[in-house]
Amino acid sequence: MTPEQKGFLLLSVVKMLVVFTALMVVVALLTLAERKVSAWMQNRIGPNRTGPGGLLQPAADGLKNFLKEETTPALATTPIFLLAPALAFIPALMLSCVIPFAAPLPVDFDVTWPLLGQIAYHGALPMAVTDLPIGFLFVLAISSMGVYGIALAGWSSNSKYALLGGLRASAQMISYEVAMGLSLIPVLLMTGNVRFSEIVRTQQDGLPLVLPLFLSFFVYLISGFAETSRLPFDMPEAESELVAGYHAEYSSMKFSMFFIAEYANVTTICMMVATLFFGGWDIPFTSWDEQGGVLQTLATFLVFVLKTGFWVFFVMWIRWTLPRFRYDQLMALGWKFLMPLALAYIVVIAVTLWGLDTALPDGSPVLKSSVLALLNVVLGAVVFFGLDRGTLLGRPSGPGRPTSRPATVRS
Amino acid sequence: MAIGVKVMTRPGKEVSYLRATLKGMALTFKHITQPSVTMQYPEQKSTNEWTVASRWRGTHRMLTDEQGRAKCVACGLCPQICPANCIKLVPGEDEQGNRYPLIYEIDEFRCVFCGYCQEVCPEEAIHVGVHYENAEYSRDRFVYDLERLTSQTHAVSTLWDPADPKGQ
Repeated sequence: MTPEQKGFLLLSVVKMLVVFTALMVVVALLTLAERKVSAWMQNRIGPNRTGPGGLLQPAADGLKNFLKEETTPALATTPIFLLAPALAFIPALMLSCVIPFAAPLPVDFDVTWPLLGQIAYHGALPMAVTDLPIGFLFVLAISSMGVYGIALAGWSSNSKYALLGGLRASAQMISYEVAMGLSLIPVLLMTGNVRFSEIVRTQQDGLPLVLPLFLSFFVYLISGFAETSRLPFDMPEAESELVAGYHAEYSSMKFSMFFIAEYANVTTICMMVATLFFGGWDIPFTSWDEQGGVLQTLATFLVFVLKTGFWVFFVMWIRWTLPRFRYDQLMALGWKFLMPLALAYIVVIAVTLWGLDTALPDGSPVLKSSVLALLNVVLGAVVFFGLDRGTLLGRPSGPGRPTSRPATVRS
Repeated sequence: MAIGVKVMTRPGKEVSYLRATLKGMALTFKHITQPSVTMQYPEQKSTNEWTVASRWRGTHRMLTDEQGRAKCVACGLCPQICPANCIKLVPGEDEQGNRYPLIYEIDEFRCVFCGYCQEVCPEEAIHVGVHYENAEYSRDRFVYDLERLTSQTHAVSTLWDPADPKGQ
């Protein structure tokens, strides 16, 4: 192995450890943040007894979960029952490894260590565990794996509530994955790449993609809510209907793993939104952050954390604002509104981009983005008006609107 | 007999999904900026907005006279009226013929805190108290004997609001 390969390997392992640790800490803090935000929104204080301002509450919760009794239902399919939390947990953690969280760090070292020998690394170190060439396709693919854990958990628990929860989860995730995948195609059309670093670079040159691709962002955000089964789409674990849904039979750390997976998914969705639509680690309106340096890496990391943090707050904000959807409304929104909208939007964006490339072959990216942004204002207004009035959602199906008089019942 | 089902037509024009969502989000955000109403209980036991009512009926107190003896004359009215039958009274009599309680025990677990004992007491001896922190390590500690009843110092219940005795 050459010293460069060794250096790459070593730095990758270090990055993995750092990202994994950071993610677990973030997840722990998110459980606290969720409770705090909900408390603030209800004029309460929230957990404030353990540690300064309640900061040690996640640790206390974690300890409690470790010490609780692990139960397995007598009629559960034990191997799958044991496997399911891991199947939900691992993909959730894998997702975060492709998202760049800071500007590349210039690294230049050449040392000789005992046992390892000569280790060297020269050049910019991408601040993601790996800057995969398949970028967000990887995220889409792996996030779909998470549904296996949930569906199998529901199935193997041998409980009606859990089964219904798992069933709902799989139906919901499959439905919204379609809209989610389609909503990212305009991003691909704009940037011409699925690699995260390239997407960030495109946004540095032009505008953040939320402006030219607002409707994509909108669809992606809603699908993201549904994918992570957060309120208002938390049908898989609807407390008032299904006790706790797919994890009704789980206790102790196995339950905790589903919990961690959910929050890791929320973090990933928020990081994706920040990266794909809000310029990732890029500091807007300045090119100082692109010069490369330790300070730049730190500053861009901070900006990335802020952007992600805002969207995490947004997720919680929505959660404590909206009630749960009815299941048929959820399906109608996914299939009858978001998917056609995403499809139509692909066509519109493709045509506009082709038109712009033909009309302004050497127009700057900012100009093209601005034209698209203007287009989005118009489209957005139309879609929002239609959505607001409910005309785009179509007629509600189900028992809400019988077509004829109900049959008379003799008593 | 047909079951009458009223079929509602869905509202059309006045429907609002997004505006209602945004309105709701504005509302929840407004609440973040508002001060919290939580009372920090163990440190803070009452606020300007909330105090324990003077009519609160909690664990009992036996009032004492100047010599520190219980005012009780062991007339037996309170065990008689007690709906939960939680008062145990064994009367005694001293040389001057004054009756006093030999044993006076209240089982606070059986007590329903109706306050009849206080109402019926001719000597204003037994009272229900304005008190709610009653945690103990064992069940038998909840049978309060005479010594415990006389040594407690919390406020006694007024049973009715002195400003509004008829509850109007």
